[in-house]
Amino acid sequence: MVRHAILQFRPEKSRLRESLERLRAVLEALRPHAPQVVVLPETALTGYFLQGGVRELALTRFELLELLEEAYRKAGFGEPLDVVVGFYERDGGAYYNSAAYLELPHRILHVHRKVFLPTYGVFDEERYLARGSRVEAFATRFGRAAILICEDFWHSVTATIAALDGAEVIYVPAASPARGFQGARPENVERWRTLARAVAAEHGVYVVLASLVGFEAGKGMSGGSLVVGPEGRIQAEAPLFEEAVLLADLDWERIPPVRYDSPLLSDLEAALPLLLPDLERVLRKEGR
Amino acid sequence: MRVLEANRLGETLELNWPLVADFLTRFIREELAWRGYEKALVAVSGGVDSATTLALAVRALGADRVHALFLPHRDSSPLSREHAYLVAETFGVALEEVDITPMVEGYAALTPDLTPHRKGNVMARARMIVLFDKSQAYRALPLGTGNKTERLFGYYTWHGDDSPPVNPLGDLYKTQVWRLAEHLGVPEPVVKKPPTADLVPGQTDEADLGVRYLRADVILEHYLKGYPDGYLLGLGFTEEEIRRVKEGVNRTHWKRALPTVALLSSTGIGEFYLRPLDYRP
Repeated sequence: MVRHAILQFRPEKSRLRESLERLRAVLEALRPHAPQVVVLPETALTGYFLQGGVRELALTRFELLELLEEAYRKAGFGEPLDVVVGFYERDGGAYYNSAAYLELPHRILHVHRKVFLPTYGVFDEERYLARGSRVEAFATRFGRAAILICEDFWHSVTATIAALDGAEVIYVPAASPARGFQGARPENVERWRTLARAVAAEHGVYVVLASLVGFEAGKGMSGGSLVVGPEGRIQAEAPLFEEAVLLADLDWERIPPVRYDSPLLSDLEAALPLLLPDLERVLRKEGR
Repeated sequence: MRVLEANRLGETLELNWPLVADFLTRFIREELAWRGYEKALVAVSGGVDSATTLALAVRALGADRVHALFLPHRDSSPLSREHAYLVAETFGVALEEVDITPMVEGYAALTPDLTPHRKGNVMARARMIVLFDKSQAYRALPLGTGNKTERLFGYYTWHGDDSPPVNPLGDLYKTQVWRLAEHLGVPEPVVKKPPTADLVPGQTDEADLGVRYLRADVILEHYLKGYPDGYLLGLGFTEEEIRRVKEGVNRTHWKRALPTVALLSSTGIGEFYLRPLDYRP
């Protein structure tokens, strides 16, 4: 069992120091619950809609580690703590929408750079950011994991790659403005629930969604963070629009029996090579 | 074998009103909070938009943190006054009345050729002056009351009723405001009466616009989403209605934008130099 705390966090918009101070306070309050992995949303320390402000607020991954190590120490942690956190990353002259997996106090285990940058409707990411190009699973002290950021997860192919690469849990930091108010929940929230359950059940993986909250100039980040088990059942769900912490124990030992019952991933491993020529063909747009 | 016919899917303006009300109350609280305000100010006209805005503000902040103003001119309809007081009483807010007649008539006396239309715009701008002054006096943020339909038609006075910095209803069509108003308990006579800007005696919105809100809003929703005219004709709208609605939108894009600035550099504000309005590192 690995104790996770999913922080449905509302940053102080564009104020890194104040957001870090609030994060420190939350971490301190969480210490009695002994979390082993803390999962934060996309752009958790700055807010999502920065436009050109990305250039002023982006951090290198090493600066991020340093800031979070400071928050971790001030919160009074002595034992190691793993943190998944979304941030705007600076690397030389390029900027990315990234999420890091840190093993505090010392290690950066992995940084995922968002591949699918929404640039339509209310979104304008590609104007300010460069695209990542990799989806990889990586080893943590608990098992294999992968990170996909927001729209990355709305394309089923990314989770497929992560699962084939051995991920047992997919962490999904997200920032999702609520829209479509016809139903019981906003349409984007329904979509997240459907996707998270479908991906978890298809591949027999845990899906952990950490979704930002707070209004950013009229855009209300929806929250509704989720933990979905490998059979596709919702294990924990945060409320909409307000800050909350979900505590959930992820049980890696449940994964093999679930995959034995529903061996879709091994089936995919066997059959996917058969489909690759067709995938290459459609990408070449031959005959269309 | 049973034959089952599927429902036809399409656009709908009917929303989950409790969810919308919850969202908009959070919106008011949060947009005030980061600006450093604890109180809101609403100019109540007696109409459904300002009544709905007042209801949301009271839900968000509590009646003791909401100031309501009634800003009549001597030509305003007596029904507007009656409804403004009814709305304030319904939501438990005291109504402060400021008569704008001296402000407007002071200028009118100097301006013999002032037409009724121009005078209506002067009234809207006089109200804006009072609203912002009271905002400073009470340290209460003015809430806008404009709905999406009138914003799309440009059916308001520029730098008048469009000027408050926070507007909870601006993405809801008029017909949606009616439904939200019902949900929030806005008194029925206010919801059911024909909408009017009440700037000129006897005026109604639908006569000014030349199309019914119930029809205009459906056309707008499809037009904004990119449906072709043929689709709307198929839904039973006339060519004349469609033309009128599209013209209303396309004649007024300038009115929904900041003033035009001659661009000379590569740091032009809002063109090259882009920061969201809540950016405050």
